[in-house]
Amino acid sequence: MASKKFNQVYIKDNFSVIGPLEGDGLLKTYDLVMDNYYYGEKTFEQAEIKMQKIVLANLLNKNKLSENKVDVLIGGDLINQTSISSYNASKFNIPYLGVYSACATYTEELILASSLIHGKLAKNIVAITSSHNLNAERQFRYPVEYGAVKKHTTTFTTTAALSTLITNEQTNIKIESATIGKAIDMGISDTNNMGAIMAPAAADTLNTHLMDLKRSINYYDLVITGDLGKIGKELFLEVLNKNYNINLKKYMDAGCEIYTNAQETYAGASGPVALPLVLFDKVLSSKKYKKILIIATGSLQSTQLANQKLGIPGIAHAVSLEVI
Amino acid sequence: MNKDEYQKLVKKHEPKENKFENIIYAFFIGGLVGFIAEGLVVLLMNAFLLSRTEAGAWTCLIIIFASSLFTALGFFDNWMSKSKAGLLIPTTGFAHSVTSSALDYKKEGLITGLGSNFFKLAGSVILYGILSAFILVIVKVIIGG
Repeated sequence: MASKKFNQVYIKDNFSVIGPLEGDGLLKTYDLVMDNYYYGEKTFEQAEIKMQKIVLANLLNKNKLSENKVDVLIGGDLINQTSISSYNASKFNIPYLGVYSACATYTEELILASSLIHGKLAKNIVAITSSHNLNAERQFRYPVEYGAVKKHTTTFTTTAALSTLITNEQTNIKIESATIGKAIDMGISDTNNMGAIMAPAAADTLNTHLMDLKRSINYYDLVITGDLGKIGKELFLEVLNKNYNINLKKYMDAGCEIYTNAQETYAGASGPVALPLVLFDKVLSSKKYKKILIIATGSLQSTQLANQKLGIPGIAHAVSLEVI
Repeated sequence: MNKDEYQKLVKKHEPKENKFENIIYAFFIGGLVGFIAEGLVVLLMNAFLLSRTEAGAWTCLIIIFASSLFTALGFFDNWMSKSKAGLLIPTTGFAHSVTSSALDYKKEGLITGLGSNFFKLAGSVILYGILSAFILVIVKVIIGG
């Protein structure tokens, strides 16, 4: 079965740093804002490593945790071979797992962390994820200073890093259950329309989650998808309705909640850090919702295979949170 | 829902590009570049008493230099993306693609970074430009005798 219930797994704290554009956007609750994309470093890659270092060091300080009290560090990002997370991990004396599910990385990290804590193999785990707009541009699209004409379906990679402390001590946010998604290829090969690649995976994971745990969609006060964007969001709702007969009303897409309309970010925000940013900013701090399902979505292409015109697999992992 | 049905659904949701507006932008901005270049040619011919061919070569260099400089100063990418194909098709687009690649990869070293990625975007233009020129010359020789 793809779904699993957890006992005694809680989210204790988080720490975030966001980019300059994100600071001017819709987000209200965050810890630090970068004043520029270099963040005092020589290159954008090194800036992203520094972002990860800062969110990890600050999270440990804030919770008075020494490095040897953290059982595992789980890190993920978008850059080749998850190099940003690995370079950051080398600066700390903590056992490290690097994971990749593109923009679905955050929930993959939560599922791994919860499984380890549920199985009593760990007590404290830190999950980190980050993305940097200009690093993603360099790797997946064009040189930073190249002014390519973009399609309306393109999403805009968020610049931010966020660390989360997952623990077995009781707090007010419980990780209740999770569903591991299937990689789904619906024949979409357009890397400028990642919402369309990910929407069927998100719908499938949501349906599997509800079936496995025998829940109706009304069980949740809110469902948040990761970064489907303005177009992917519509596709997701339509696929849910047509294929699974699910009529989702209490719904939010994190990709649509980060930038204002004036910020020219095409179809909205993307990147693995988009979902946790919105989760901690809009959802958990508002205290309006008790039962929340987060579905992070990822488009699993590589720069080589994208040019070979195959359908790109989408992935979505769901985690159910309860505010106590 | 099978793959074909889904792809139809995706097509339905994709916002349509306003081709007419894009053409208008490209026509006027591309035309403006041509207008400025022609102005420069006339200016150079009169100020430095150059022939039209010489003035044309100098104008070409000035346009390439200006777009590379504007790229390095960091605002030419905004002009490029807003002008649709208007600045992409003239020499400005070619210069911009080379300079932006050079800027992007200089941090990876002069050989492994800048050198090997200098023509990353412009390489295709050079290769197929030379190839088509070669074929056209053969055609011209055959037809023209």
